[in-house]
Amino acid sequence: MKDLVFDSVVIGGGAAGMAAALELDRAGFSCAIVEREEALGGILTQCIHNGFGLIEFNEELSGPEFAERIEERLAGTRITSFTGATVMELDASGDIKTLYCYTGAHGVMRLSARAVVLAMGCRERNRGNIRIPGDRPAGVYTAGLAQRLVNIEGFVPGKDVVIIGSGDIGLIMARRMSWIGCKVHAVVEILPYPSGLTRNIVQCLHDFGIPLYLSHLTTNIVGRERVEGVEITPIENGATRFDKAFTIPCDTVLLSVGLVPENELSKMAGVELNPMTNGPVADSMLMTSVPGVFACGNVLHVHDLVDYVVEEARRAGAHAARWLKGERPKAEARVKAGPNVRYCAPSRVDLHAANKLYMRTLIVKNDATLEVKVNNRVVKSVKKNHIQPSEMIAVELGPKDLEFAVGAPDPVVELSIS
Amino acid sequence: MKTGSNRYDVCVIGAGVCGANIARRLSAYELDVALVDKEADVSFGTSKANSGIVHGGFHHNKKYLKARLELQGMMMFDRLQQELDFPFKRCGIVVAALHEDEMRAIEQLYMQGVDNGVIGIEMCSRERILELEPKLNPDTLGGLWVPGGGIVEPYRFVFALVESARKNGVEIMTGFKVEHAARAGDEWTVRAADGRVVKARYVVNAAGLYADEVSRAFGAEEFEIKPRKGEYYLLDRLTKAKPERVIFPVPTSVSKGMLVIPTVEGTVLIGPTAEAVDDKADLATTREQLEKILSSARAMVPSVSEYDVITSFAGLRPTLEEDFYIEPSAKAPALIQVAGIQSPGLTASPAIGEYVKDLLKKEGLRLSEKPDYDPFVGKRPHVKDLTPFEVDKLAQADPAYANMICRCEKVSEAEIVQAIRAGHTTLDGIKYFTRAQMGRCQGGFCTYKIIKVIMRETGLSWDEITKNGDGSRILKDAL
Amino acid sequence: MSEELICITCPLGCHLSVDRQSDGGLAVTGNRCPRGVKYANEELLAPRRVVSATAAVEGGAACSGNPGGLCAVSRLPVRSSAAYPKQGVPELLEAIYALRVSLPVSRGDVLIKDFKGSGVDVIATRTLKKA
Repeated sequence: MKDLVFDSVVIGGGAAGMAAALELDRAGFSCAIVEREEALGGILTQCIHNGFGLIEFNEELSGPEFAERIEERLAGTRITSFTGATVMELDASGDIKTLYCYTGAHGVMRLSARAVVLAMGCRERNRGNIRIPGDRPAGVYTAGLAQRLVNIEGFVPGKDVVIIGSGDIGLIMARRMSWIGCKVHAVVEILPYPSGLTRNIVQCLHDFGIPLYLSHLTTNIVGRERVEGVEITPIENGATRFDKAFTIPCDTVLLSVGLVPENELSKMAGVELNPMTNGPVADSMLMTSVPGVFACGNVLHVHDLVDYVVEEARRAGAHAARWLKGERPKAEARVKAGPNVRYCAPSRVDLHAANKLYMRTLIVKNDATLEVKVNNRVVKSVKKNHIQPSEMIAVELGPKDLEFAVGAPDPVVELSIS
Repeated sequence: MKTGSNRYDVCVIGAGVCGANIARRLSAYELDVALVDKEADVSFGTSKANSGIVHGGFHHNKKYLKARLELQGMMMFDRLQQELDFPFKRCGIVVAALHEDEMRAIEQLYMQGVDNGVIGIEMCSRERILELEPKLNPDTLGGLWVPGGGIVEPYRFVFALVESARKNGVEIMTGFKVEHAARAGDEWTVRAADGRVVKARYVVNAAGLYADEVSRAFGAEEFEIKPRKGEYYLLDRLTKAKPERVIFPVPTSVSKGMLVIPTVEGTVLIGPTAEAVDDKADLATTREQLEKILSSARAMVPSVSEYDVITSFAGLRPTLEEDFYIEPSAKAPALIQVAGIQSPGLTASPAIGEYVKDLLKKEGLRLSEKPDYDPFVGKRPHVKDLTPFEVDKLAQADPAYANMICRCEKVSEAEIVQAIRAGHTTLDGIKYFTRAQMGRCQGGFCTYKIIKVIMRETGLSWDEITKNGDGSRILKDAL
Repeated sequence: MSEELICITCPLGCHLSVDRQSDGGLAVTGNRCPRGVKYANEELLAPRRVVSATAAVEGGAACSGNPGGLCAVSRLPVRSSAAYPKQGVPELLEAIYALRVSLPVSRGDVLIKDFKGSGVDVIATRTLKKA
């Protein structure tokens, strides 16, 4: 068995993994990226649409371009990338973390490192998770799988499509399928408002005249061998109106019903997860409950913009490097998700450093106020023109904002929206 | 085996758990045997969608053939597992009583079990049963403990039986839908819908849901198989609600009830329901029945949560009468009927294999043992059961063992290739053989890889890749 | 009377309010950057779209850079270098689907120059080698 030793190992070679590795390398530490696909780039490789990089590169790029430009930065560094390599076991219990990686090219490799950065991204929620009853025909796909089949393998999964869920992946696929000559008959959303970015509603649905059924539950999939139709049922005043159910004929169902951070390895390593994000609980250094194990990107919490993923991953890499040098936060405060806030990540702030938090609201609102309280004292109040759950909000808190917490026992920083 | 000829001593119709056991049993003798099935792969009927339980031998009175065969069959599983290497675990069965009047039913089951000759059956107090199964509702009053009961992956069992049969000379033909049969001399000519023909001296009708139609095709007894659907939920392997034992409620007059089953592979199955349906191909799950399952499961195991559900499916029981109908046809010569095999069919199936072999012998089939019969099927390594060191060693000879295709269920490319070479070329066939696509992502990450491996290994083009044969095509076009 | 539209120049999706002025111009509010003003003008007068698609590679398969395994890639992702007039998009897509790109190809390579004199190119968005 190949035995390799690094200062740090990054699990996942997408945008987050590459960005974190670059920071560790910059700080002088050896770093290996382990990626299970055959190429680096993660999910960006199949996201051929534009909208990436406005903040990072000041340009609007497609996913593959963004990924390649980050990947190019790896040249000339000491970073070692293993592709086609799947981490199957992670033992992070000691000072030296051990990872067993299974690869077609090199058999099994055992990697040892003093720090590990989790950057495994997400998986898609599927039909089983949301329990759509009915037949089990061919033709039911998650939107991401359909995207992979179309954009990289060159296969068309179906011709007459209904998309369940108005998440971004589904909206993008509505346009993509339309552009390759398929007919998208409807997008069906259980909430009373769409969950994807507004831009995508306009560009992917309005442009093509695809109807969006809000407040509709998907109640049946029909078809013996191949999908023949989808039954949807309106929700009125909170009640599901089964008497008003109707069936849309189609041969393909694409599910875009949410993403779940891929934390099976994290669980195996004993990392504590936050049930609100399904990602690890992380402190002000983006370190999980297991010392020396850090997390960033979609595995920590589901992002919307890859630019924020890269920003967060850089911080994680930089923190991991500092940690390897022996730095620890002197004093932290707990971060609490207050009224109308779904979650904040990470869960702690360093009282003596610049902190960046990402959060999501539970509500849709114009002219909202984001308030930050330290031990119940308002320290910051920011006006927001428009907020919605599908658009992540960044919050910066520095030592000045947090001074009231210094010296206090168990200080709490609460973020709320009104 | 007369190559090229389509003449056989026995043709077994239906490659489910009964037909596969019968064919394998017969393969120990100097006989030419054909095993035919109308689906694209074996075990695609009732045998792939059931509770996967090896029953305890106490549910039925010994006056029934099914009770006797159940008891014989349940004791054959250890040896079969050694020979065939399919997932099987004798984890034991508990029947839980939640009310005082249910304890009377428990007592009856206990006495029936003792009468049937079940070894180790016990009546339990509350303390004892909670000790045996800590996940039970703490309000459980007591129940029955049957250490001989167990769990099996039913399709892997059938695949292994079929592989063993094939190894010993049985000819397997899938996509063979029996349409017509005619007797001439001492031989049946059996014709399939696609024109293929099999000639056989003896025929076994083990066609499950379609046994009535096959019987009619042979001009044999007229009966009607009525499908009764059972819906199930599958829970994630990390669910808190995973019991140690198979948990039964007290049975009703109609069914054994809805169970909580720890599968061999580590997930949890809850169900099945029991509803009569009209259509033999109706495998749809329904909202109402699924809700019934959750509430029934929670009554016995309170920690069952809907958030742990990863998928649901349904199976159809081929119902006919109270007991198994396993006898030579009184109308058509040299035809053995094996019909109406509902629960405990899977448990009884090894014994059904023996029983049908004996029935054929009584009907005049000469049985002379094959000196080179090999009951063993080579053990295949499964990456998920191996340590990294063992995988590394395998990978040195075949790198495909370390190339992971399905990381949710830990299935390597080598195993996918083996499935394909064993004849499983549909996505479902590969799923049942390897478990790839059965995990938490339900094929989200591995499906496109499996499609590519199928195309590479079989030379099939993109439009021939199906979910489970026929019209279940996966792709509609290529760019 | 204000017209409401959502700017789609970037994923931020600002909600714009547009007032038509007496001099024919548009007063735009709600934008977070100057491109919102540009967008409102264009969307109401001459709408354009950035088009992304995939093109066929010659020989049917390319390598993403890592030999072995199941790495063959059948399609090259491409996009328009800038937004193209909305009504012309179907034609542009047809031209993209007619391409057979020879390998190797680099990110940024121009595959169709100045489509129909629009000033908009079609460029490769990924680097691929021969299989």
